[in-house]
Amino acid sequence: MSNILNLRHSVLPGFRLSFGITLFWLALIVLLPFAALVYSTVGMGWDGFAAAVGSPRVIAAIRLSFFTAGLSALINLVFGFLVAWVLVRYPFPGKRLVDALVDLPFALPTAVAGIALTTLYAPNGWIGQYLAPLGIKVSFTPLGIIVALTFIGLPFVVRTVQPVLEDLEKELEEAATCLGASRWDIFRRVIFPATLPSLITGGTMAFARATGEYGSVIFIAGNIPMVSEIAPLIIVSKLDQFDQQGATAVALVMLGISFVFLLLINLIQWWAARRHGAR
Amino acid sequence: MSIEIRNIRKQFGQFTALDNVSLDIAAGELLALLGPSGCGKTTLLRIIAGLEKPDAGQVLFGGADATHTHVAERQVGFVFQHYALFRHMTVFDNVAFGLSVKPRRERPSQEEIRERVMKLLKMVQLDWLADAYPGQLSGGQRQRIALARSLAVEPKVLLLDEPFGALDAKVRKDLRRWLRELHNDMHITSVFVTHDQEEALEVSDRVVVMDHGHIEQVGRPDDIYEHPATPFVTQFLGDVNLFHGRVDAGQLTIGSYEQALGQHQDADGDAAVAYVRPHDLDLTLQAAGALAQGRVEHIHAVGPVVRVELQQADGQTIEAAVSKERFRALGIVPGDTVYVTPRKLAVFLQEDAGQQDYVI
Amino acid sequence: MATLTTESRPVRYALTAVALVFLFLFLLLPLIGVFWEALHKGWQLYLAALVEPEALSAIRLTLIAAGIAVPLNLVFGVAAAWAIARFDFRGKSLLTTLIDLPFAVSPVVAGLMFILLFGANTVVGGWLQDHGLQVIFAVPGIVLATVFVTFPFVARELIPLMQSQGADEEQAAIVLGASGWQTFRKVTLPNIKWGLLYGVILTNARAMGEFGAVSVVSGHIRGETNTIPLHVEILYNEYNFVGAFACASLLALLALVTLLVKSLVEWRLHRQQQASTLRTAAARLQAQAAQP
Repeated sequence: MSNILNLRHSVLPGFRLSFGITLFWLALIVLLPFAALVYSTVGMGWDGFAAAVGSPRVIAAIRLSFFTAGLSALINLVFGFLVAWVLVRYPFPGKRLVDALVDLPFALPTAVAGIALTTLYAPNGWIGQYLAPLGIKVSFTPLGIIVALTFIGLPFVVRTVQPVLEDLEKELEEAATCLGASRWDIFRRVIFPATLPSLITGGTMAFARATGEYGSVIFIAGNIPMVSEIAPLIIVSKLDQFDQQGATAVALVMLGISFVFLLLINLIQWWAARRHGAR
Repeated sequence: MSIEIRNIRKQFGQFTALDNVSLDIAAGELLALLGPSGCGKTTLLRIIAGLEKPDAGQVLFGGADATHTHVAERQVGFVFQHYALFRHMTVFDNVAFGLSVKPRRERPSQEEIRERVMKLLKMVQLDWLADAYPGQLSGGQRQRIALARSLAVEPKVLLLDEPFGALDAKVRKDLRRWLRELHNDMHITSVFVTHDQEEALEVSDRVVVMDHGHIEQVGRPDDIYEHPATPFVTQFLGDVNLFHGRVDAGQLTIGSYEQALGQHQDADGDAAVAYVRPHDLDLTLQAAGALAQGRVEHIHAVGPVVRVELQQADGQTIEAAVSKERFRALGIVPGDTVYVTPRKLAVFLQEDAGQQDYVI
Repeated sequence: MATLTTESRPVRYALTAVALVFLFLFLLLPLIGVFWEALHKGWQLYLAALVEPEALSAIRLTLIAAGIAVPLNLVFGVAAAWAIARFDFRGKSLLTTLIDLPFAVSPVVAGLMFILLFGANTVVGGWLQDHGLQVIFAVPGIVLATVFVTFPFVARELIPLMQSQGADEEQAAIVLGASGWQTFRKVTLPNIKWGLLYGVILTNARAMGEFGAVSVVSGHIRGETNTIPLHVEILYNEYNFVGAFACASLLALLALVTLLVKSLVEWRLHRQQQASTLRTAAARLQAQAAQP
């Protein structure tokens, strides 16, 4: 085994055992189900695939999923950066509490987030009652989906940008100040470019998570076909009708589009890293 | 442009970084701030730059009060120890940064910027790296780019914080010479901070030795080395042997050794310490007129100078450095007893050496 | 903080205010909402919603699923971290990527994969059913889906931690004659215990709160294959808001405990790091002082 793996010699024991456990568990829990997905895809045939994915309702759902995920990722880029910035740079009372709170979307089960947000933004809810007179409907519209996805994605951006801002050398800003740059110049030309890679990473993670999100969205979305029905819900309802083939087809399209997005963003990151040298 | 520093104080919490420091820096001078870490030299440099505000005192640039002038308006070039290059910008953009952030009215045209940046890059001999990123450069190259960047805005004062601190020994030596030459060409008032006495003595016109937030001595390198004003300066500038004795009306007595000094005429049997550098100690085999005696412990005979380590009866060690010829003439081996006589010594009364607890 | 490298006071206050208002509206208010909705009709109704048989059965199933998934993934996570952080072998980055895969997959798709694998009309599922084991729409499916979605958490916490700590201490222990197991127990474990605790807590939170994947494979059979999140959904869709939010408040409490433990762990790790930097600084000062 160690030959195939080209294992570098180490005095530490336990490689066979730990590697064995890892591989066994990975195969059983992750690889086997994926194999099942690939297997049923192969057995599907083009016609079945096209029929399942081609219907206007499915196309609308996929479009909605990626559109709302993209928009919520953009919102999170702005506010996630702001939150990270304020947490790193400005002192204020209760900062540690606020810092801990940022992880809430990671820790709070999605279904709980879903019903809580729906209740808040319903026309008679704590926030919804102020929006309703303005003619803004959030719950049971695409806007509600964006709210839920923003909630889900926020910590991804904050937690990737925050350490980069923390590690940003003060000398860089001092050097720029000595050279006569204003605060705005420094932000625009020194700080922002330095944090951009982490913003892209965080935004991508928020986006990827949002495209597949289910629990927090289905309550607030209202799930009106062609209007506020997301792609994961299509998969679920196809499964409810025992249409496994259709569900698989939609899942494949979702995975495919996500994969292309991830690839693109990795390419950008790779290109940026190469340009800026070893450090 | 000349710089005057008047009665500067700076506290960081309980820690006094600078305690009533005053200093005049002449226009066109290359000055070194030398001292151990925590002595306040970097704080002083940052206060001159305007990166730090003093708690009290004034900084004058060319006679005009600049204490409350913002860094961006002081027209100082600052070179950071770890370069602080913008790593997402090319070398060219780094050097051009200061010009490109000028308000539109004062900003030179694109061609003019290009011309000036390339001229600076030629000067630091790195014009061929204009399109590289800082991450692709060596430490010495980064340092030169940092210098070019700070010079691009035509500063009236150049400030360098441990400019060679992060470089390895060989590169360091080259850059030192190069900085000296650059300064000779440009004659811009320059201040650099270092903890390396060799560097300070070699590069600068004048050296300011600092300790515990105040200035110990200011002077030309040879002056400071030959005539250290305090025990601290004596010890900081190089290896030194200590001998304890007394001074009475200008007469030094250490054991049976006696010598007339040109100083301390009013001393009245005061305890004193004599500091002698290893190369100012001669070894002899005669007891007469010797300052001390010891048993030869180690002989390091590599290079033109032979370093001999002696152990005194009380366990204290003495280090002497003699020429190869002298060493051969003596013919000593480990275990021999030899005597030392000083060619030159610096004597300080014990009250001057007060902060250091010597055992007599 | 130097005044030079920050913004003017009004700008600072304005930015802080905007950030805090955003966090209040998007994070804190939903959390408060859960507890308010659960409790605003009184304690009696709240408690009644928690002790009704279907709620109790959902709580029991959630505890079972987490009770199985967490220890299994704990063992796996430690083994994976040991193999990846302590050895160099070909395909390491591929292995790391594969471990992260469950994060990249929509929970719904995760559930779908298990249906495709174990559903009644598949080869494996049909065979298992003939032998009396139903996976989908039953407890094993729920456990499997839970294990899948919580698969990477422990490994993800430990790998970077162990990589940054390096293998020096373990190698020293082996050189001093410790066995592999002794080395792990006496050197590795004390170094990673806080990271491990956080990984377990995260695994547990996700295991108890997972909705999408479990929802797909559970079949929603009341009193039998409902976990707490699924029970919340059913109650909510029946307009039993107090019941839904009462069960939801249990999960929200779990989330709060998770955040608390996370802060605690971060604080401990931070202190550990600080202590070691202080030690090196002190050692350096001593070395300087020792020089003549």
